Amino acid sequence: MPRVCIQTVDFDLANEVAHLRDGDGRVGAVCSFVGTVRDRTAGTAGSISSMELEHYPGMTEASIEAMIDEAQRRFDIFGARVVHRVGLLQPMDQIVLVAVTSAHRGESFQACEFLMDYLKTQAPFWKKEQTPDGARWVDARVSDDLAMAKWGLDAPNLPVSG
Amino acid sequence: MKVHIKYFASIREAIGLSAETVETDEPTLAALRDALIARGGAYSISLTHGRALRMALNQVMSVESALLTEGAEVAFFPPVTGG
Repeated sequence: MPRVCIQTVDFDLANEVAHLRDGDGRVGAVCSFVGTVRDRTAGTAGSISSMELEHYPGMTEASIEAMIDEAQRRFDIFGARVVHRVGLLQPMDQIVLVAVTSAHRGESFQACEFLMDYLKTQAPFWKKEQTPDGARWVDARVSDDLAMAKWGLDAPNLPVSG
Repeated sequence: MKVHIKYFASIREAIGLSAETVETDEPTLAALRDALIARGGAYSISLTHGRALRMALNQVMSVESALLTEGAEVAFFPPVTGG
């Protein structure tokens, strides 16, 4: 089963986890994260009517595969799976799944967070929101670079001001 | 040498192209960027040094000093916003 899937269609969390666990009796912990489309930025409910996700076919998959390799090096995990949707999404749609298996919970919790922090700052995707004032490309956040820095990886998404 | 360039997101929209192939002598990503800026117009505005810009070389995130080779694939894009 591929570790990374970029797709337009929705995913089913239970199904994905079942496949990842794959009848492996060593697995004692499964940790998963799902990101969803919010209907607002800071402020008015319903201010985002839809979101479009662009990606870099080829590089996107390869970059996430490399992130999973890094997670395997850092944490004692059995497997990981990332599913990320692209194309036109609506508020409350699922966007991304990161799921990880391990023997005990500590490694899964950490690896899952690591993969999300890494993906947020390094995976080539770009979001465009439709708002009442028109279309708006989402800005990258300094907080995401800070989250990545805590793992000791220096590869900022936003330029370091200096 | 031939270099294949891809543009994404707001840069793609501003320039009006998702991709182009150029014939160039520029040795590095930085030099290629400057050559594109020198075209003026949307290239200059989108790729200017004042902007947060990220680059990939052969589908791997790259720094500006990276060396270009014949047939390389280069991409210019804004800071990423996936997840």
